[in-house]
Amino acid sequence: MSAFSAIGDDREIDRDEFTPGIEPQATWCPGCGDFGVLKALKQAMPEVGKNPDEVALFTGIGCSGKLNSYFNSYGFHTIHGRSLPVARAAKLANPELEVIAAGGDGDGYGIGGNHTIHTARENHDMTYIVFNNEIFGLTKGQTSPTSPKGHKSKTQPHGSAKSPIRPLSQQLNAGATYIARTAAVNPNQAKEIIAEAIEHDGFAHIDFLTQCPTWNKDAKHYVPYTDVQQSDEFDFDVSDRKEAAEMMRKTEERLYEGEVLTGRMYVEDERPSYGQEKRAIGEMPEEPLAERYFDEDAEWERTYDNLLEHHK
Amino acid sequence: MTDNELIWRIAGGSGDGIDSTSQNFAKALMRSGLHVFTHRHYPSRIRGGHTYVEVRAKDEDVQSRGDGYNFLLALGDSFARNPQDEAYYGKEELKPLYENFDDLREGGVLLYDEGLLDEEDVEEIELEEAAEENGWHVVPMDLRGIAKEHGREIMRNTAGIGATAAILDIGTEEFEELIRQNMSGDMQEANLNVLQDAYEAASELDIDHDIEVPEGSHDEEQVILSGSNAISYGALDEGCRFISGYPMTPWTDVFTIMSQHLPEFGGISEQVEDEIAAAALALGASHTGVKAMSGSSGGGFALMSEPLGLAEMTETPIVLVEAMRAGPSTGMPTKPEQADLEHVLYTSQGDSARVVFAPANIRECYTQTRAAFRIAYEYQIPAIVIYDQKIQGELRNLPASHFDEEPNADPGSVLTEEEIQDAAHHASGKFQRFLHEPEDGSNVSPRSVPGQKDGRYLATGNEHTPEGHISEDPNNRIAQMERRLGKLDDIRADLDENASHQAYYGPDEADYGILVWGSQQDTAFEAVDRLNENGHSVKALGVSDMAPYPVEEVSEWLDSVDQALVVEMNATAQFRGLTQKEIGKYGDKLSSLLKYNGNPFEPAEIVDGFESSINGEELAATNMKYLPAAGD
Ligand SMILES: Cc1ncc(C[n+]2csc(CCOP(=O)(O)OP(=O)(O)O)c2C)c(N)n1
Ligand code: SF4
Repeated sequence: MSAFSAIGDDREIDRDEFTPGIEPQATWCPGCGDFGVLKALKQAMPEVGKNPDEVALFTGIGCSGKLNSYFNSYGFHTIHGRSLPVARAAKLANPELEVIAAGGDGDGYGIGGNHTIHTARENHDMTYIVFNNEIFGLTKGQTSPTSPKGHKSKTQPHGSAKSPIRPLSQQLNAGATYIARTAAVNPNQAKEIIAEAIEHDGFAHIDFLTQCPTWNKDAKHYVPYTDVQQSDEFDFDVSDRKEAAEMMRKTEERLYEGEVLTGRMYVEDERPSYGQEKRAIGEMPEEPLAERYFDEDAEWERTYDNLLEHHK
Repeated sequence: MTDNELIWRIAGGSGDGIDSTSQNFAKALMRSGLHVFTHRHYPSRIRGGHTYVEVRAKDEDVQSRGDGYNFLLALGDSFARNPQDEAYYGKEELKPLYENFDDLREGGVLLYDEGLLDEEDVEEIELEEAAEENGWHVVPMDLRGIAKEHGREIMRNTAGIGATAAILDIGTEEFEELIRQNMSGDMQEANLNVLQDAYEAASELDIDHDIEVPEGSHDEEQVILSGSNAISYGALDEGCRFISGYPMTPWTDVFTIMSQHLPEFGGISEQVEDEIAAAALALGASHTGVKAMSGSSGGGFALMSEPLGLAEMTETPIVLVEAMRAGPSTGMPTKPEQADLEHVLYTSQGDSARVVFAPANIRECYTQTRAAFRIAYEYQIPAIVIYDQKIQGELRNLPASHFDEEPNADPGSVLTEEEIQDAAHHASGKFQRFLHEPEDGSNVSPRSVPGQKDGRYLATGNEHTPEGHISEDPNNRIAQMERRLGKLDDIRADLDENASHQAYYGPDEADYGILVWGSQQDTAFEAVDRLNENGHSVKALGVSDMAPYPVEEVSEWLDSVDQALVVEMNATAQFRGLTQKEIGKYGDKLSSLLKYNGNPFEPAEIVDGFESSINGEELAATNMKYLPAAGD
């Protein structure tokens, strides 16, 4: 019997299984977009047939980082900006786990920006949800990497002189193989996108627009929004890099002009995931490494027998 | 100065093959029955410059590089030339020759490659005068010519070995054997020819000198390896199958060795974007149930400070290696220092619970890395192995049986799925991962790993309740803090019972003590022998457990001496400070001998430092500092 019998269990899953006994109202403000992510994520789980014990959710720090307090699965609430490297190793150590990472825009595009780029570049098979509220929530409303140019905050009282980061384009260039934008105000689309991202074999990046009514005084709710897949105006091929790049450029520009475009922006199915690449070159075992520690028949060689010869 | 020993120094430019040649030389001597020890000196430069390696050989265990040396093989720096054979940098090419004058003992032999160095240049550095003054035996030979004749110029090294063998009358058998083992085809043949030719040419020269190469014979099969090898093999024997890192000298060595071997053991190695990620990945792997390691040197370890704290708070086992080099900041990348002790003990926020071991030599690098893994995984705590560039780079022989220990793949206190069913669960279904009072009365609350049925919990760097919910409840805080910190007492008791890492040396009773840690230990032990030969009454204690500190052991030992000199390679007496802080007394008993110029102590320096300290004299040497006792 596998040491991880929860993995691959194909019973019917009820989304309530993902609700722990504690309430998100404990930390999230009324009207916060984070509720929308939580809801969509919970709804996606029965759809992809995952049970709480086979999902490992890794978060960063911020209001967004509290996600796994309210999501009943294995969880690791790491440190600011570092959810991805922790999650990556978990996936390598046990590729059968469903690995999801989440955090805010400060978390993923600011302090953890380097990890975000490298995780996409390596195309780890995991889903990364960035709660993009264009602000630092938990530390009380400072300017974030996605705040618009000219944004005024207590730390930038004269208005930010910086242009916002373009996360979709950045992740396309970095190498992510599934890129989408959705919004908390659109739970159905969000659920579908999360489910697709989980099923995608490779790094799936979701820029999830979440309103922060407390600190983003314009109280952006990202409505009305347009689903680019539903609109005739945006006829493009999501598997074509060039067309995707152009679509992302439009999406990112128009957001700051008040037009909210959402939907799948890029889907690449051909590229093998990092784990597959590593296995192909013999740098990763076929069986999940984590299983070995529970396998009584596993052989643990002494280095004496293998390595000392050339020191003699 | 000890007679009956060979200390052979090979000098050249970085990239001239000095390293591999010296390794083979040391291995050949070991195979002939001698005990060997190598010491590396290299600049922070990839090609050219001046680099040397010393090989010390005796018929008994060699504890340090010794003082000075008695045979120089100066190859000249081939990278100082341009392709037209004209010198680029003036005298640069000669550096391996004249830069080594200082430590060559009286009556020593100096063999240099006249095929590479211009006669006029050699005249200019006044080699003859220096040789006369010191009674050196100077042997110029056209090593480059011999190499070119039978192979390629690069084989100057082999020619140098052949000539050395003739001059020292040690035969070429072992060297030939090594060439046969390491090379094949034309390369093998050319090298064998170069070796023989140089041997014969040097035999004809008939040089007389008084270096006596001792005869030795081991009664057990020996191996020769570095501290980094030993750390890596210790980790592998403990079932470590995951490493993540980012290169930084001197940590790169362990990272490289592990990366080369892990796939063949079914493990995974990851070179990642920075050291924060490196430590974070190790945490992720360990959280998922795999035995994992990461590491770095000073600056890189600084970046690991936050993930280190996360490991403490989430009680995720992890082993980090800290390979010290001289700081602060980028410091001196290729020079050893013992100045990161406080950095590894205290870095990261909050009251910390971590284990720190400082192996003193290659033997301990293996055993203490194993101990670090065992403790980390049994007690769910980060363990740090701190060593330095000196142990990293030196090679030393020891019996192969030292590694003949059973592997230990036990991931420590991880439950099986059946055990999880019986364990405590919160009403919300969450597994109680962080119990205030574990059932067995210990401070370790067993853990589950992702994918196990009904083992769900939340690991968080925030303070948390037993099932991992974030909590600022004062009573919960106290209970969790006490349990986490309480592990340190348990670990101390475990170590006291199962393995003292402290090394006692010298007579049981002595008036004076030398207290030492890490890479300077064995050098200090050699100094203790000499001091006792000189009529002093001295013993030594080498401490390896930096945290939790062996308060009782060290107190007892300090009680038994009148005064103790703490020897360490830093400017601020960090280990002495730690000892005083942990023991809470003896401020009036402890004085310090410090060195921080980038070079480790030589035994004679410790002898001098000790003698001037007890005679109340000023230190004559300017490369060390004496810090008197400060009073309680
Ligand atoms: C190293 C470090 N720096 C700063 C902080 C303080 N901090 C906590 S959350 C946060 C910003 C979070 O913003 P974002 O990621 O956008 O998440 P949100 O709260 O908006 O969901 C900061 C700066 C920290 N915890 N760690
Ligand atoms: S501060 Fe903003 S992001 Fe944080 S919980 Fe409140 S509304 Fe949400």
